[in-house]
Amino acid sequence: MVHNRSIISHNIDSGCFPSPHLDAFPAGLRVLVVDDDPTWLRILEKMLKKCFYQVTTCCLAIEALKKLREKKDAYDIVISDVNMPDMDGFKLLEHVGLEMDLPVIMMSVDGETSRVMKGVQHGACDYLLKPIRMKELRNIWQHVLRKRIHEAREFETFEGIHLMRNGSNHIDDGNLFAVGGEMNLMKKRKDLDNKHDDKEFGDQTSLKKARVIWSVDLHQKFVKAVNRIGFDKIGPKKILDLMNVPWLTRENVASHLQKYRLYLSRLQKENDQKYSTGGIKYFDLPSKDSGCVSFLDSLNKQQNDGAIDNFRYSDGTLKLHMESTSHEVDLNGIVTRPTIDKIRASVSDIIDPKIRKCSQIGHNQPYESAESEVNHTVFEYSTVSTQCSWNEVPKMLLKEEQNTQKHFQIDQSQSMNSDPSGYTSDYISPVNSMALEVVTFPSQSKSLVANDQSPDIVFTSNLSSKAPGYNLGCISDMEIYQRNLLLDSHAALTPLDEDLHLLLLQGEYYNMNFGMQNIEMSEYSDPWIIAEVPTNLYDSADYS
Amino acid sequence: MDRNNSRRQLAAMKQSLFDQGHLDEQFIQLEELQDDANPNFVEEIVTLYYRDSSRLISSLEQTLHFCACGRERNPLDFNKLDTIMHQFKGSSSSIGAKKVKAESTLIREYCRTGNAEGCRKSFQQMKKEYVALRKRLENYFQLVRQAGPMERACRPK
Repeated sequence: MVHNRSIISHNIDSGCFPSPHLDAFPAGLRVLVVDDDPTWLRILEKMLKKCFYQVTTCCLAIEALKKLREKKDAYDIVISDVNMPDMDGFKLLEHVGLEMDLPVIMMSVDGETSRVMKGVQHGACDYLLKPIRMKELRNIWQHVLRKRIHEAREFETFEGIHLMRNGSNHIDDGNLFAVGGEMNLMKKRKDLDNKHDDKEFGDQTSLKKARVIWSVDLHQKFVKAVNRIGFDKIGPKKILDLMNVPWLTRENVASHLQKYRLYLSRLQKENDQKYSTGGIKYFDLPSKDSGCVSFLDSLNKQQNDGAIDNFRYSDGTLKLHMESTSHEVDLNGIVTRPTIDKIRASVSDIIDPKIRKCSQIGHNQPYESAESEVNHTVFEYSTVSTQCSWNEVPKMLLKEEQNTQKHFQIDQSQSMNSDPSGYTSDYISPVNSMALEVVTFPSQSKSLVANDQSPDIVFTSNLSSKAPGYNLGCISDMEIYQRNLLLDSHAALTPLDEDLHLLLLQGEYYNMNFGMQNIEMSEYSDPWIIAEVPTNLYDSADYS
Repeated sequence: MDRNNSRRQLAAMKQSLFDQGHLDEQFIQLEELQDDANPNFVEEIVTLYYRDSSRLISSLEQTLHFCACGRERNPLDFNKLDTIMHQFKGSSSSIGAKKVKAESTLIREYCRTGNAEGCRKSFQQMKKEYVALRKRLENYFQLVRQAGPMERACRPK
């Protein structure tokens, strides 16, 4: 815990924490205050600092926009006065909603209903009357949280529905998700239509009615286009062209892309945070700088010092595999290409999923990849070294690709969403789903990996192609499985027997996936239970 | 002893400012924001307010076309006046200048109804209050400095 704390405080001090830190939230919330009145600006700054928020002040709307555009992820929420000399507050509100998709709170000494209504219509998530009280400011974090949860659900639903349609064996679940998705869409329309609905107030920065409603299908097309182009090469024009939706404009795509990027980067950061603060000693990926190394270190250690015994489930084949492969793990977690075939061959011989896992441990070989830097990033994010490199692997594994797990992923994210404390879970699950989305474009994984902002996509996509259902992004699952592995707890493993195949623990998944094509994740009735399991295991896992 | 006197005087001054309706709750809020990091926060804010609002006052006087003889000339630009008044009102709310704020609201009403006479009369009333409050607060803060840090302990709620 000390380790975690120091990382947390370091990050807060250096101001590099991307979003409200899990432990201290809402402290550290990054607020941008815009007001042309210097007296109020000073007062608000003082008040917000008293709430332990990180405050940046601006007396001009133009300056505020510049700051927001400079560092897209530098702020969590914007508070702005309605009346400003250089720009109408409502216009600023629109810009922020469209470009940065941040929650915006309006302020004014004028509480006239028409003004307030205008604020709501333009997408303000709240409207405060001056003089503003401390208690009002203390609560602003709720808008940030609400928006993110909503956003996560939105994307997740999009992806979930897509996956469902793409080959899930569980039509029931599909219906469920379709309903969820529809409800989401309906809610969106409702937001646009219903200006007086206080309940929807804080959910979306809905703009004027001209706004495009991003339906599941539309979003699917969008993500497909993104994946095909390659995340690092995307631009609104390219995406628009590929999407082939005549009525869609470049601006629509641009704004949606912006949201998508922010969403992904937030997911990544949430994951970084989660792993830095949670009891995931096993993965030990607190930050970009230290995560990769420590994980790989522990991985190497496992392989080299016989910790493999943990994984061995009394099957001779395991040992065999271990011996035949080198245990060298590059810092970047890359595995050499030539070993893939070997891995495949060996894996297919293994029947026992646990053993498979074990053998995979031994197969963590340096995997050549062009994007070693990106791998690093990806790696930490997904907590699985093998993920990073997998630009090449997916192609081979694609053959094994099964989408049976997809519904599982969705299940998990759904159930996770209901967990109040699963703040980060919401972000994890969607990634899984999204990753699955990417599966169809293995050739794009390279470029995806190259983008710092979306390593998760790459990962999960690669993984999902072969690992029916267990996206690496689905970290809690992985944790569970890893724990199971480590502890050799058969009991815990039993229900997840086949699921374990999919576990992408330290690259093991590759091996696992080779053999398992028809794993029925559906047997997993309650994903949330699985998610619960790891916490216990964490404590008991002796993984250092 | 001197300090105690100062403190008592201070308390009395503040009390009368509240009783006479010159200051409202916002002033207390400012006092509550004051801490070791900003030990003179309230005075700082009040100074900031008067400095910034003085330019608004000049702007208002200009808009109201007060000439030396005091007689009105051109038709008033009510929109512009209302805009400045909105700003002024917002500013005055920051320190809890109750009467000033109330007069501002009145002027805005006169703007809405196009009552030039009402605007001018109200403005003059407001300016009187604005200036008087400044004087009283200056005295108040002087006494605060005299009374010293102990004053912080006995703030009326």
